[in-house]
Amino acid sequence: MALDRLAGFATLSRRRALGLGAALAATSVLVGPTLAADPIKIGLVTALSGQSARAGEALTRGLTIAIDEINAKGGVLGRKLELVRRDDESNPSKGLLAARELVQREKVAVLFGGLDTPVALAIVPFINSAKVPFIDPWAAGTNITHNGANPNFAFRVSAMDDSVDKAMVQYAVKHFSAKKPGLILVNNPWGESNERGLLAALKEANIAPAGVEKFEGNDVDVVPQLTRLKQAGADVLFLVGNVGPSSQVVKSLDRMGWMPPIVSHWGPAGGRFTELAGPSARNVIFVQTYSFFGKQSPVGERVLAALKAKYPDIKGPGDITPAVGYANAYDGMHLAALAIAKAGSTNGEAIREALFNIDRYEGLIKTYERPFSPTNPDALNENDYIWTRFEDNQIVPVTN
Amino acid sequence: MNLLPALVSGLALGSMYGLLALGFHVTYAVSGTVNFSQGSSMTLGAVLGFFFVVLWGWPFALAAPMVLILCALYGAAVERFVVRPFVQRGSDNWLMATVAVGIIVDNLVLFTFGKEPRSFPSSLAVRPIQLAEGAGVYPLQLIIPVLGFTLAAALHLLLRRTRLGIAMLAVVQNPDAARLMGIDVRRTIATSYAVSAVLAGIAGLLIAPLFNVSSDMGTLFGIKAFAAAIIGGLGSAWGVMLAGVCLGVIESLITSTLGSVYTQILTFAAVILILFALPNGLLGQAGVKKV
Repeated sequence: MALDRLAGFATLSRRRALGLGAALAATSVLVGPTLAADPIKIGLVTALSGQSARAGEALTRGLTIAIDEINAKGGVLGRKLELVRRDDESNPSKGLLAARELVQREKVAVLFGGLDTPVALAIVPFINSAKVPFIDPWAAGTNITHNGANPNFAFRVSAMDDSVDKAMVQYAVKHFSAKKPGLILVNNPWGESNERGLLAALKEANIAPAGVEKFEGNDVDVVPQLTRLKQAGADVLFLVGNVGPSSQVVKSLDRMGWMPPIVSHWGPAGGRFTELAGPSARNVIFVQTYSFFGKQSPVGERVLAALKAKYPDIKGPGDITPAVGYANAYDGMHLAALAIAKAGSTNGEAIREALFNIDRYEGLIKTYERPFSPTNPDALNENDYIWTRFEDNQIVPVTN
Repeated sequence: MNLLPALVSGLALGSMYGLLALGFHVTYAVSGTVNFSQGSSMTLGAVLGFFFVVLWGWPFALAAPMVLILCALYGAAVERFVVRPFVQRGSDNWLMATVAVGIIVDNLVLFTFGKEPRSFPSSLAVRPIQLAEGAGVYPLQLIIPVLGFTLAAALHLLLRRTRLGIAMLAVVQNPDAARLMGIDVRRTIATSYAVSAVLAGIAGLLIAPLFNVSSDMGTLFGIKAFAAAIIGGLGSAWGVMLAGVCLGVIESLITSTLGSVYTQILTFAAVILILFALPNGLLGQAGVKKV
């Protein structure tokens, strides 16, 4: 009796399964050939909530516009590209978990991500063992790409601390004839990394700094530190700190009635700098990789038009913030697609090799020629940066 | 070397520590307990102020009392639900419980206010007054010490010279005897927690324009204020305020003479030295039970 029932159940489910299969087959015929091949998945691990949510959204949009362009031309290897993204909440362990999930379960061909340096650093060892190319479109920590692994699967289309430091020194010398710059740096690993970089760059330029001062992320008053630099004869300040701390430096300078030229890493770009720092915010010149203001290249025009068409909240260049997120992700995605096409497969090792063999790509930030090599995992260098400042709430380029 | 700018900065900064530290003093004087998350109460005051004034456009004259009323309710609730149940059982677990409340508040603020630091504009923190070259202060930075010492004086007079104050002190001496004398012990302690949170709220409203409003703005302040409270002697309002100012001045003088690398190391070494030399704090009295 019991056996009979079991047999009946088996027949029923087999019949149902057959029916289901037929229905599925019919659907795929109806939908047509576009679904014939599975899409190639592109992963993105970034902060999609919290303080950096805007930057995470910028990366998403940059990748999306590039993917739309590629898919409109038929995709890569005859397959469409599809973006799969996960929120890391700026938390390294969540970032690593998300990276694992995207690589192991979603089988992404290329992983983008790492808005924050600590998150990127947590992902890099995993990505090198999983042998899936990782493209960092934001975080600037030098050791993300220069991580000592061989083979190294970490690449970057963004600024890198060491190069930014060199560029800051060059800019200060060229535009402000800096002879004795003072360093005012946030007291954390990012500040430390740039202290090394700036001191090395200054040594190379044969300049002795007036001094190196640190401040805490939640210091209210930076006057004592700045007074030391002033008394040591600082003629330019190099500033490294996120938007909140950077604004405390500017407010303290205001109180002192001292306003030397300030050349900064890109911390101020990360928030409402003018609101926090007041009118003197415009004295801070900081590094960026791209701006949608001013005359655009044909690629720039095209991307701007595509962004306006796709996102109703984008009416002009001022709405594309932070612009570096859009631009780095856009160029990074096109470089990744070129590599997948060149590799002829979605095998991670093949894509890595192919990244080294990209000859030329006319991108948004620049025209890339042999952007990557085994010794140079960074597609951008100090000559590709632009200098900007806040005018009200918009980041606009200053004339170089 | 011109130390005036550092001195001015230190005085202003130190009175902020003192103001916040008065909150530790009030509850300690009455109940022998403190709310360890005084920094989070300050954040709460600043964030409520930001919502009322900046986001909802209320006039400051309406927003400030509202913020302080909400802070008072919060303080009373902390006492009722986080401190009292443990104290009644004779347990010291209120210590951890108040820390936990602070973490919960910080995260609730993070959740509702967001991570992005925002500005809290005030007409008293726009144009600095130049006391000397390189030593400018905002008017608000001068108001904070004046208000801090006035509040310290008021608390001192209240506790030592009024019937209410003496009744409050009786509560910490011997709660049972105080109850027998007709003093409402529970209400007295709850009131002290409410006052403590109000002081933190005032600190939040005053510090926010000089700083940025953010969910973690009170963390470091809370720790420094606690150090000030201990150095000053938890039982003395004057001592607490004075210690706050000393801490601020020591900090800024170390930074400007030796450099910021040494600030935290030497400041807290000085804290240990002061406590070694004066175990009951600057103005504390011997025999007072330390937390």
